[in-house]
Amino acid sequence: MEDTVQLATVDYLILGLYFVFVLGIGWWLKRYMKTSTDFFLSGRSIPAWIAGLAFLSANLGAQEVIGMAASGAKYGIMTSHFYWIGAIPAMVFVGIFMMPFYYGSKVRSVPEFLKFRFDEKTRGFNAFTFAAMTILSSGISMYALAILFEVMLGWNFSFSIWISAIIVLAYIFLGGLTSAIYNEVLQFFLIVLGFLPLVILGLADMGGWEGLTTKLSEMATDKGYAAGAWTNSWQHTGDAAHNPMGVEWFGIAMGLGFVLSFAYWCTDFLVIQRAMAADSMLSSRRTPLIAAVPKMIFPLLVIVPGMIAIALQHSTGFELPLNEEGQTNYNMAIPMLLVHYFPHGLLGLGITALMASFMSGMAGNITAFNTVWTYDIYQSYVKPGKSDEHYLWMGRFATVFGVVLSVLAAYLTTKFDNIMDMLQLIFAFVNAPLFATFLLGMFWKRATGHGAFIGLITGTLSAALHHGLTQPIGSTTLYKGGWLGTVLHEYPSEMAQNFWTAIVAWTVCFVVTIIVSFITRQLKSDEELKGLVYSLTPKIKEEGVAWYQRPGLFGIIVLLAALILNIIFF
Amino acid sequence: MNVDIRFPMGLMFSITGLILVVYSFLTPQEIYRQSLGLNINLWWGLAILAFGGVMLYLALRTMLARKADTRDSAE
Repeated sequence: MEDTVQLATVDYLILGLYFVFVLGIGWWLKRYMKTSTDFFLSGRSIPAWIAGLAFLSANLGAQEVIGMAASGAKYGIMTSHFYWIGAIPAMVFVGIFMMPFYYGSKVRSVPEFLKFRFDEKTRGFNAFTFAAMTILSSGISMYALAILFEVMLGWNFSFSIWISAIIVLAYIFLGGLTSAIYNEVLQFFLIVLGFLPLVILGLADMGGWEGLTTKLSEMATDKGYAAGAWTNSWQHTGDAAHNPMGVEWFGIAMGLGFVLSFAYWCTDFLVIQRAMAADSMLSSRRTPLIAAVPKMIFPLLVIVPGMIAIALQHSTGFELPLNEEGQTNYNMAIPMLLVHYFPHGLLGLGITALMASFMSGMAGNITAFNTVWTYDIYQSYVKPGKSDEHYLWMGRFATVFGVVLSVLAAYLTTKFDNIMDMLQLIFAFVNAPLFATFLLGMFWKRATGHGAFIGLITGTLSAALHHGLTQPIGSTTLYKGGWLGTVLHEYPSEMAQNFWTAIVAWTVCFVVTIIVSFITRQLKSDEELKGLVYSLTPKIKEEGVAWYQRPGLFGIIVLLAALILNIIFF
Repeated sequence: MNVDIRFPMGLMFSITGLILVVYSFLTPQEIYRQSLGLNINLWWGLAILAFGGVMLYLALRTMLARKADTRDSAE
């Protein structure tokens, strides 16, 4: 058990300053929270650049910062697939093609879109599963924060949980979504300013990108891979055995690039909510596109440190700690690197950046939860027809019990630490088919409510079936699959299995929805579907918009940039 | 909403930058061995201070312009 780091007063000063500002912003915004739309959707008044940065930051929980660095250490630059193919195309798609329906229909949440497009039962399925997932996600964020600060700084586990819970609760209770959004923008800049020096120092120490590549080649060949396995993103994906991630290019492109990534960026209310809060249709379409630009650059900030950490381990006495099973704890890559390079002062900033990303992961989930609870569950099934003040009150109340439930989920995770793996699974089971539902719903007017509902259920079940009948090589627990007795197929890695589960789930939902839609009646008239389906919505006329502001052109430029990055690091 | 996020952000980063810069003068040089010999607190502190300053400037400029607008329309 390695020594914990003692923070100096200056470090606590910087952290404390951040807490004061976070709470202060919430307090300042309280007077503007007059209606439920103010509280849940920021009154639809957020400028595009703020909504864009919040869109990105809401996604950027610490699991991503810590997790991507861990993946960078474990798999090298292939981790960039989660960004350049696993996010950018989907972000461009949702901005250009789906925001017109989300924003134009004036729905207040993603489940509410399903109600208007399909029917109540489809909305219900999405609302309940989503609400449960946000609470779990938030709890897991809290758990991860507490564990990290316990290991790294020796902080008491419960203390970390309660302090983060109380601060997040306070600023959302006071300022609603706007408070969450403003703090997400703060968090974005904190992460950039906190981690950029780490990359600069680390690369300088390694001898630049060339020096890093050399060290990683030595390590790769030592481990039995081709020299470029840690620094080439596509070259070694012809065969899953040739790269440390254990996937081949088709699984990456279809499973990650298409299904999983589109499922998340196009249907997850956590991010869509920020685009819905934008101040105009044009702003809402530009929001995901604006977010895509820093998203492309983030591999530099989070993946490269992971690569530096593993290169450092390979070439010097620096060592990543081992976990209880004696395996390398890759999650400690960024924390260990921070302590390695940052003196007190800057270390305080680095810790604050970590804290900020954990807290915004929690806050994003809580704001999504309180909105879906109030509008899609409470207002729909428990107490419809009440005044707006009543729902505003309920939103605040839901914030409180949402946080309390998250704390419970965090403690539950200490008992069953496989909850994190389970949540990943559930995401794939539920989100992958959901994307098929949205795709058909938005672009095919013949898709019916029965089709959507049955498609969702069968898609989710097929994902479970696929997971139960397959296993990654060398798995030892039933959480990794094969729990239905027979194993029909063995995958080269857990990630490959994940990608294919998503592909199966999406395909089944897609096909079943089409079939069932054909054999059931369309219960919605064309008039009811106006603004919800592509063929029944008037095309957006972009008058008076400068050419460089048009979403279409912006999207093409973003895609080209992502393509170039893929080529550079091929 | 009449709240400009750049103002509290600029303020927070300016103060943080200031803290780092001041601290960099109060510390012995040995602690910078781990940051490759660079007094990273000073340099990065200045960078953050500059960033905070730019945010504050943009925010104040917009806020003053808005005040001038409302004064003009009131006349």
